[in-house]
Amino acid sequence: MLEVLLSRRFLEVLTNTLLLLAAIIPSQFLLALAATFLFTERFRGREVALYLFVLPLAISDVAAALLWYTMLSPKGFLNKLLMELGVISRPIQFFGYAFRHMEFLAIVLCEVWRATAIVFVNLYAGYQMIDRELIEASEVFGLSFPQRLRYVILPLLKPSIESALLIRTLFALQMFAPILMLAGLDIPVLATETFYVFGQLFDAPRASAWALFIGMFTLAVSAVYVRLLRTSRVVR
Amino acid sequence: MLRSLLLTVVAALLSLWILLPLTYTFIAALADVKNYYERLVPTEYTLENFAVFFRLGAFDALLRSVAVAALTIVISFALGVPAGYVLGRLAFRGRDALRLAILSARMFPVMIMAVPLAVLFIDIGLYDTLLGIALVHAALALPFVVIITSSIFLSVPREMEEAGMVFGLSGWQVFTKITMPLAAPGLTAAAMFTFVISWNEAFAAAILASRERTLPALTVATTVAGIGGAAPDPYRFAAAAILSLPAFLIMAYMRKHLTAMWGVR
Repeated sequence: MLEVLLSRRFLEVLTNTLLLLAAIIPSQFLLALAATFLFTERFRGREVALYLFVLPLAISDVAAALLWYTMLSPKGFLNKLLMELGVISRPIQFFGYAFRHMEFLAIVLCEVWRATAIVFVNLYAGYQMIDRELIEASEVFGLSFPQRLRYVILPLLKPSIESALLIRTLFALQMFAPILMLAGLDIPVLATETFYVFGQLFDAPRASAWALFIGMFTLAVSAVYVRLLRTSRVVR
Repeated sequence: MLRSLLLTVVAALLSLWILLPLTYTFIAALADVKNYYERLVPTEYTLENFAVFFRLGAFDALLRSVAVAALTIVISFALGVPAGYVLGRLAFRGRDALRLAILSARMFPVMIMAVPLAVLFIDIGLYDTLLGIALVHAALALPFVVIITSSIFLSVPREMEEAGMVFGLSGWQVFTKITMPLAAPGLTAAAMFTFVISWNEAFAAAILASRERTLPALTVATTVAGIGGAAPDPYRFAAAAILSLPAFLIMAYMRKHLTAMWGVR
């Protein structure tokens, strides 16, 4: 365990994991919040759009990674489209060790596509429970939308926001297939390292140490989460 | 009116963001490879990609995936439905604590379960078996099954059960003739959700088997550069199409239960 924690590899893996979290979670949160406001309104085609928006909940991370490979590969949708439009003359490379920053971008796109719906479902459910009259009252008193967001909606939504973000953080710690499939071993994170050490190096003790670290990390975040869940119950 | 139109446009853009990768992958999976490479929208279509994909071991993997998912449903329901019934129906000391404990078990990372179990499974002969994979998938699905079924049983009105007893049904008859039929649609949704968990799970399936691979595990092994995967493009398109197919059917049915399954409360 100590040997893993003190290795130089550990620092690299942890940094990658945290960088990915930092890139993915805020994007998902903003998109999910916007979608929450959108789907609270009534408009034509709402049902179909809602079905499509939550569809990725049931799509595996393995499939999602392949979908984004199809979009971004040298002969994929994006490159063919841009070439056809004459924007670029050579394909943009997303994959390979030399293009690690692009691989990072591909992973972020894939995860935002696939898992924003989880954040959305939680925020949307929380938003439904907010007393409509409070929001209407703030409209009557002439608060602008940013003001309403800042002083009324976000504070009322706080319990849902906290739990949605935490559940997202925990699931993101287990991100595995999209990273391996889009970046190979170029961007090792906690889960892919566990997989690699066990499956390829056949080093069970070391793999257990990595898994244990994921477990402890999860436990620490869960402790915060359970506490928040309790307080939010009391408030209601 | 203008506002509603604007919202529709925004929703259409959001739908496009979700649909584009899916649609284009299905197009790619059905297209002739050479034609696909030359054109943005292919003009020649064939089932050859799927035929090759299935011939290269994916068909067996697909059957294994279905078998593992079925086993997962059986195991997790056998353990989870009674527990859900108790949590939803009976009041007892420590019920809330138990609920909370089960809720937090949903956060349990699969890594910490799969790695030690792989070592254990090698010793007791469960490594590389469908039952071994299904056991881990059932452990992942169990908290969801308990929480979902408890809320389903909670929603079956107690008065109807009591009415059944008044008319002379035994406790077991009340359960099979009144409670179960009323709970059936919810339980179907829970079964579908369990199917999705197992069908989509790749980490444990890849760690716990080297020959008996499920479809996601096979796909990871054949597509990840650096661990010996170098599957050609058409293989990847076909894999993506087959893997995401169940989602369309299942999500249409599960709309009502979204928050129960992916929500936190």
